[in-house]
Amino acid sequence: MAVRRLAPKEIQPDSFAFTAENAAWAGQQIAKYPEGRQASAVIPLLWKAQEQAGGWLPEPAIRMVADLLKMPYIRVLEIATFYTMFNLEPVGTHFIQLCGTTPCMLRGAEDLKKLLKARIGDEKHVTPDGRFSWMEVECLGACCNAPMVQINADYYEDLTPDSLGKIIDDLAAGRPVKPGPQNGRRASEPEGAITTLSDPSLYDGSLIGAWRKRFEEETVKANAVGAPAGDAPAKDKPATGAGEKPKE
Amino acid sequence: MAKLIVDGSEIEVPAEFTLLQACEQAGAEVPRFCFHERLSIAGNCRMCLVEVKGSPKPVASCAMAVRDLRPGPNGEPPIVNTRTPLVKKAREGVMEFLLINHPLDCPICDQGGECDLQDQAMAYGVDSSRFHENKRAVEDKYIGPLVKTVMTRCIHCTRCVRFTTEVAGVCDLGAIGRGEDMEITTYLESAMHSELQGNVIDLCPVGALTSRPYAFQARPWELNKTESIDVMDAVGSAIRVDARGREVMRVMPRVNDAVNEEWISDKTRFIWDGLRTQRLDRPYLRENGRLRPASWSEAFAAIAAFVKATKPERIGAIVGDLAAIEESFALKLLMEALGTKNVDGRQDGTALDPRFGRASYLFNATIAGIERADAILIVGANPRREAAVLNARIRKNWRGGRTPIGLIGERVDLTYDYEHLGAGGETLAGIAAGTHPFAEVLRRAERPLVILGQGALTRADGRAVLALAAKAAVAVGAVKDGWNGFSVLHTAAARVGSLDLGLVPGEGGLDAKSMVQPGALDLLFLLGADEVEVPAGPFVVYQGTHGDRGAHRADVILPGAAYTEKSGTYVNTEGRVQLANRAAFPPGDAREDWAILRALSDVLGHRLPFDSLLELRRKLYADYLHFAGIDAIAAGDAAAIAALAGLDGETDRTPFASAVKDFYLTNPIARASAVMAECSALANGALRQAAE
Repeated sequence: MAVRRLAPKEIQPDSFAFTAENAAWAGQQIAKYPEGRQASAVIPLLWKAQEQAGGWLPEPAIRMVADLLKMPYIRVLEIATFYTMFNLEPVGTHFIQLCGTTPCMLRGAEDLKKLLKARIGDEKHVTPDGRFSWMEVECLGACCNAPMVQINADYYEDLTPDSLGKIIDDLAAGRPVKPGPQNGRRASEPEGAITTLSDPSLYDGSLIGAWRKRFEEETVKANAVGAPAGDAPAKDKPATGAGEKPKE
Repeated sequence: MAKLIVDGSEIEVPAEFTLLQACEQAGAEVPRFCFHERLSIAGNCRMCLVEVKGSPKPVASCAMAVRDLRPGPNGEPPIVNTRTPLVKKAREGVMEFLLINHPLDCPICDQGGECDLQDQAMAYGVDSSRFHENKRAVEDKYIGPLVKTVMTRCIHCTRCVRFTTEVAGVCDLGAIGRGEDMEITTYLESAMHSELQGNVIDLCPVGALTSRPYAFQARPWELNKTESIDVMDAVGSAIRVDARGREVMRVMPRVNDAVNEEWISDKTRFIWDGLRTQRLDRPYLRENGRLRPASWSEAFAAIAAFVKATKPERIGAIVGDLAAIEESFALKLLMEALGTKNVDGRQDGTALDPRFGRASYLFNATIAGIERADAILIVGANPRREAAVLNARIRKNWRGGRTPIGLIGERVDLTYDYEHLGAGGETLAGIAAGTHPFAEVLRRAERPLVILGQGALTRADGRAVLALAAKAAVAVGAVKDGWNGFSVLHTAAARVGSLDLGLVPGEGGLDAKSMVQPGALDLLFLLGADEVEVPAGPFVVYQGTHGDRGAHRADVILPGAAYTEKSGTYVNTEGRVQLANRAAFPPGDAREDWAILRALSDVLGHRLPFDSLLELRRKLYADYLHFAGIDAIAAGDAAAIAALAGLDGETDRTPFASAVKDFYLTNPIARASAVMAECSALANGALRQAAE
């Protein structure tokens, strides 16, 4: 993490106001909380403001939310700077968040990073046309599909530099892209063929009551062995006794 | 009460005590950075770790209550240890973490010598660092002209944030970012808006927030510290004046729970540069329309010649806002000897009069008593400007229980919620008559408090407002056995003392307002009175400290001593008699004021009956016994308020306005201070200061 500051004054808009639709939505959020606790709605409102402003939180939006909730400006600024999902500087229309945490890193996030750097430029840098920017973030919780990126609201998983490059190409060309795993597998199912739970007997009903049968068989076997051998009970004793002793 | 064993000795403390308080009670010293008695508990510095028997880890004692401790298996009291190796190791660990990012710039740090971190590092610090990475560095923030920041030194105790939010009542400071990148700042580095902001300098346990005017001026160990009393407002805050040689280098608060707790206003704290500039350091005489330096004897001779040629009823004297009892008393005796009745200690023209009884002009509820009030009515005052520290008390009360507060007067930001009842006398009349709904709120209260400001009393109808306020106080039951809620808020440190001395015109005498009417007098004596406009005509003798309004008009200037340069008695708004002590000497030929008057009396042929301050005080105490009770309040007789309520008069319809127009420029010392001028300009929005 690095120091997070508001964007420089030159790129801040002069003012910010919710659209009528968002203002109505904000009103509903605020109404969720009891009188005097309106400040609780600060995070949803900031999130909405970020959405409306195109993925980042301009300074007038922070003031607007503060005024709306009757909070001191500094309190809202504290929140906006604390949570890293609030972007304080402009992002591209396609804002790529690359997961760089251990599982993704082990599965090749570094290569993706190199690709993003080559294709888009430095981290937190918006391309001149305003279409792309990228940022490395901490775990996004899709480790089983590592490595992955989040582009705006969608996850793109099981990436290789090639598939990520193709996604960027498609986005740049305005072609539709498919969120989710990019290597053909469905959700987080196993790659290629299914490797577990593949025994047909699992599904034909033959295993119903199998556990009880196994116990019964074991009991029979134990009785058969135990009767002729004189020292067998003594051998068994510590095993059963160890379990019973604490109860006594 | 709960029992517990601290370091082997059993003590009994209230169950709501924190472990830290309990440990202190038991005599154990617990280091801390974030904890402060008068602020909420944050528990984030972890320096106060102690060992609690049965707890697997050390416990932050500031945030753990005694009642939350479990007794031993057989009901033994809980055991707390503050001196075990575990505690020492834990605190050393905390200290090591704090020092990871703290710069080693003590030699150039203004906090050096009075730094909590420095002191505690002596006890818990290790001699070397195991940290080989780069230290964190933080940009300094601009948070106003009074507080200098060196943010790399910040250890994030958040005392300053809690103080401004809780006590000062302005949400200016906050902590942005998180983790290692957390930074204390104001919103977009704007200046703080509080008149108590200087207190964050004292609260800061390290050198992150230091005094900007005092920056690099002196080291604490080279300062002579004198305990004294502040005169910037009528609260009479306990201060410590730190002087090096002849110069006052800074003013710090002292703890006085009855008055200022441990806060002082910015005017009190940063006034000291005004004590050096614009000073009158020798007598002056006006010749051919110009003031020229003169000797004491010349000045006295000129006055004597004029006095001899003037009839007593054409002589008058006005006592200013910063005069101590001693010189006021000497002036009173001198004027009596000259045979004039034209004396007034109320240059603002307030309607208060000692003839109505002492209770009629005191803050009877006492400042500490504000906390006990359960309904408050503020009439014609802006306590935030007139007595910032007292306002913090009102806010403390409000925070504690959301006490209903009503205000009659200007609608201003007082840092707490109040109900704006109205603007002037008719609303007050409504309260007195019981027709206003807020009268019911006050009547239902057990200890209603009526604060009456000078803004309501210095008007033409001041006396009628005073009577009406008394009537309202009596009507709502603010005056009863064990509680006197009728409280006059003064704005000048000298006022209550002057009223106690009876410095008001005698039978047929002129008051301050009449004295400055054109043609009223031939000789006017101003004892530090700068707030009056003296017309052309009278011969003006100005005795004071600064080249301010009074000195500009004067024909003879007698240079006196400022409040840090003399031993003087002051009576605060609640009637508490307090002693200010001398921390430095007056500049040049300037002398202590009582001594000037004593010398002048000799030349005038009416020698005052004392040759030393001790003799003066002996006579003062003989004439006015209650001045001998230093730090005590001689309560006024509450019957005076009932009598006051009986007075009648017509109030006019003009709205009440605060008596203090500009908080930072209320007296000659403040007007001579560059720091105060800057603050005033900032407060008035005239100056946009860029971040350094």
